[in-house]
Parts: sequence; structure tokens; C-alpha cells
Amino acid sequence: MNPTGLRLVLWRLYVALFYGFLFAPLVVVGVFAFNDSLFPSPPWKGFTLDWFVGHPFGKSGVLTDPDMLGAVLTSIWVAIPVALLSVGVGTANAFLLERRRFWGKAFLSVAMLWPLVIPGVILGISILAFASRIANGLEDMLDTDLDFMRPGLPLVILGQASFIVSIATLVVGARLRKFDRSLEEAALDLGASGGRVLRTVLMPFLRPALIGAFLIAFLMSFENFNTTLMLVGSDSPLPIYMYGQMREGATPAINAISLLLVLATGILAGGAAIASNRRR
Amino acid sequence: MGRAGRLSTFLLFCPALLWLGLLIVAPLVDMGALSVSERVSSDEFRFGFANYATFFEEPVYWQTFARTAGFAIIVTAATLVVAFPTALYIAKQAKGMGRVALFTLSLLPFWVSELVRTLGWMILLRESGLISGLLQWLGLAQGRVELLYNDGAMLVGLVYGGLLFMLIPLINALDSLDEHLVEAGLDLGGSRWTVMRRIIIPHAMPGIVAGSIVVFMLTIGNFATAVLLGGKNSLWFTQAIYDQFITRFDWPQGAAFGFMLLGLSSVLVWLGLKLTGQSLTRSLQQP
Repeated sequence: MNPTGLRLVLWRLYVALFYGFLFAPLVVVGVFAFNDSLFPSPPWKGFTLDWFVGHPFGKSGVLTDPDMLGAVLTSIWVAIPVALLSVGVGTANAFLLERRRFWGKAFLSVAMLWPLVIPGVILGISILAFASRIANGLEDMLDTDLDFMRPGLPLVILGQASFIVSIATLVVGARLRKFDRSLEEAALDLGASGGRVLRTVLMPFLRPALIGAFLIAFLMSFENFNTTLMLVGSDSPLPIYMYGQMREGATPAINAISLLLVLATGILAGGAAIASNRRR
Repeated sequence: MGRAGRLSTFLLFCPALLWLGLLIVAPLVDMGALSVSERVSSDEFRFGFANYATFFEEPVYWQTFARTAGFAIIVTAATLVVAFPTALYIAKQAKGMGRVALFTLSLLPFWVSELVRTLGWMILLRESGLISGLLQWLGLAQGRVELLYNDGAMLVGLVYGGLLFMLIPLINALDSLDEHLVEAGLDLGGSRWTVMRRIIIPHAMPGIVAGSIVVFMLTIGNFATAVLLGGKNSLWFTQAIYDQFITRFDWPQGAAFGFMLLGLSSVLVWLGLKLTGQSLTRSLQQP
């Protein structure tokens, strides 16, 4: 397959256009974060950092907007428990699938992937309805209010974890499968206890995958929209806040937060890639 | 396995059971039960299929469903056509560092939030946006052109969102294509089109099917891109589910809609796996 001349030029031109298409939306988001105008669109009215740090046109920049900063904090507040929960359950799942034999294992290993093929909106509404049904029953029985079972951040955390656990299971499981069990047996033969083997042999081996899974889970939680939309109460995580702003017609502050988000994502994704590539 | 072994297996089993039981299976069963409860009076419900009947009787509901499914097919086909030449280039034409660079570059935009990518398209497509301005500057348009809030904008945004999930399975499938086969085909007098149709595309088929399933599934489940770029004209089924659940607070009706979407999505995944003879476990464990 060696196309030559015009054919190759056209093919390369297409690939170049393809990458232009891929990056055009991201580039315009970044560029218009610095536009000294009330709207994130042409014409270009000059360079400014006001949409990051100032009070342009009587509106707020990212760092001067309490609502926006609140949304970022809410997202972080949600993403940390989601990531911890996902890595915890995912690691237990990985050990269960890789190390244990039990009846129904083949079925369970498929069932653990179901959440990835169920649309996020469906996960959201089913958990919303189920939690409400339980809350209604329990509130009548106990005669108290169970606010954490109503739309709000606790439900958002559970809803996001419902499918992010599957991803953590895949990441940790892939690493555990590569473990050379003779190392573990050697340690046991040399008199180490099971707990000590776990701490000194297995955990150091798994650490890159655990860190990688945590970062991926954090990122997926931070960026999740579909499931979150159905479960959110009065506190909006960043994607929900951005969605609201974008429907109303936003100022370039939304570009500024997006650009910061892209940079932070790059650092996190890079960290995840480095962590999961550090393989022997 | 000794008693201690059995106990520790049971303990490892608990998190999985709680997770799948309480967050996946029980909610879906409950949603199923909700979808077959019809309202008798303000706070009285009985078993019945009225919610599903409403779905088929109200044209706007089943039309939204059919439109979403049809639109997703178009998006999937368009994504395949757009991604294929690039996938073939990365798999067979690019070499060494260039290949690594192209592959990595194609991954980058998809680490970025869907909302950010959609914001980019809104800036490009809106009436006062970049493309409208470019068209006027080139003299191709008098006055501003609104490119946002229509089917075309939705198509662009959804294809963009699906590209990565098409590109990777295509590259994986094309990677193993033996170039000698292509040359043999050409030497034996086949035209480039014949070689494409008879050798390259059949070889890429597992990747084409896998990518198409994922893109279709992601598209029918999409919310933000479709609604933001389509605006009031989007008529998107996830929006209909949202309206029933959050705006109208008619949960049984929303649950019935949810099951229609889940059914469509599941049938498609199952069909695709059957067609390619792959299992869910294998296709997800090798991303």
C-alpha cells in the first residue's frame, strides 16, 4: 500500500483537516477566554486576563465568582469520595475475580461490566426512584426525614460510583493479572504472614494501578454530566453549572474556567498515564 | 479451600454484592415496577401498561424515540466515514514517531469535558460565531448565518463526540492487515476501489462493528451535546425522560421511557456482540 503523488497528498490533507476538526473547538474555547468583550465570540476586542481574575463589565471572572468557585469545590467534594469508593470496591472485585474460585464467577465478571453499557441517564433515574421509594418507606417507619436519600450530593456520589466502580475494577484487575504469584509464595515460604505479604509484596506492585484508577475515577466523576443531572439537588457540580450558563448565554468566564479545566485535566491525565505505565 | 478461605471469599464478595445489588439491579427492577404502575387517582396506583400505551399513542413521544434512534444511526455512519481514512493512515501509512504522535493527539480532546467541547462548537457555529464570520468575510454570505440550534449542529457535535470511540477499534483492526494482501490485490489488476471493498473493509469489519456499537450507544444516551447544540428543536429522547422525571414529576411515565431507551441500547449491544462473536468481557478488557 504505497500511494504516491496526488493521492498521498490528498490523503495527508484529509488527515490534517481531521486534526483541525478535532482541535478547533478546544482552540476557540481557549482563545476567547482572553477576549475583552462581554460575549465569548468574535469580534476580537483585545487581550485581557479579566475573565480569570477581574470584574469585567460588572460581571465576574473565574476567581471573583463565588458561584463558579462553589461549583468547582462541589465537584471536588463529590469526586474524592467517588474515587475512594470506586478504587476500594474495584480492588476487592479485582481480587475476587482474579484470585478466587466460586460458583457463578463467569456470570459475575460479566455483570460487573453491565454498568458501562447502561446509559448514564438510566442509571441516574433508576437510582433516584429507588432511593425515593426506600426513603418513603423508612420515613414512615422511623418518623424522621432522610434527606440524604433525596436528590443531592450523596445520591450523586452513589450514582457516579455505580459505573466508575466497573472502570476501577478493570484497571486494577489488569494489573493484578500480571502479578507473578511465585513472588508471593517465596515470601510466604520465607515465613512472612499473609498480611505482611499483602503489605510488602502485593501492594507495592499494585500501587501504580491504584493511583491510576484513583485519578481516572476522579476525572470521570469531575466530568460526569448525564447521571449527575438526574440526581443533583440544590448544589451544582461544575458540569451542571456550566450547562445552566451555556443555555442562558454565558460570558467568557465560562471559557476561562474551561481553559483551566483543560489544563488541570491534562495534568491529571498525564499523571494517570505515567502511573499506569510504570510497569516492570 | 479451608474455612478461612471461604470466609475471606465471602468478605470479598460483599462489596460487589452491595454495589451491583443496591446500585444497579434493585434500582432497575424498581424502575421496571414503576413503569408498569398506572395512576388511578392522585396517590393511588395499580398494575398496568398505561405508560407504555401512552408512549405509543402520543405521536410526539414515539416520534422523539424514533427520531433519536434514526439520528443515532446517521451519526454512527457519519462517524465511521469521517474516521476511516484517518484510522487507515495511522494504522498503515504513518511510521515511527509520527504514528505515535498522531495517535496520542487523537486521544487528547476526549480527556476534556463534554461541556467544554460543546462550548467550542457553540462559539464556532452561533450566529455571531467564527464560521458565520468567516463565511461573510469570504463573501459567501450576506449578513450573519445562524448555524446553531439545528440538526446539522447536532450532527457535527455528536460525530465529534463519537470519533475517538470509532478511531481506536478501527486502528486496532487495521493494524493487523497484511500489506502484501493489498499489493497482491493491486498486482492482480484490482482497482483501488475493489481492493478497498474486497480486502481492506472486510479486514476492518470487527473494528467497524465494535466502534459502531459504542458510538450508537453513546449517541442515544447523550444529553448535553444534543440539547445544547439542537436547542428547542433537538427533540431528543433523553430530554423527554428528563422532562417526565424532573419537570413534570411523572415518574411512572419517565420510567417507561427509560426502559424503552435501555431496551434499544441493550438489544443493540447484544446484537453487535453476537455479530462479531465477541464477549462483553473480552471487548472491554482490551481497550
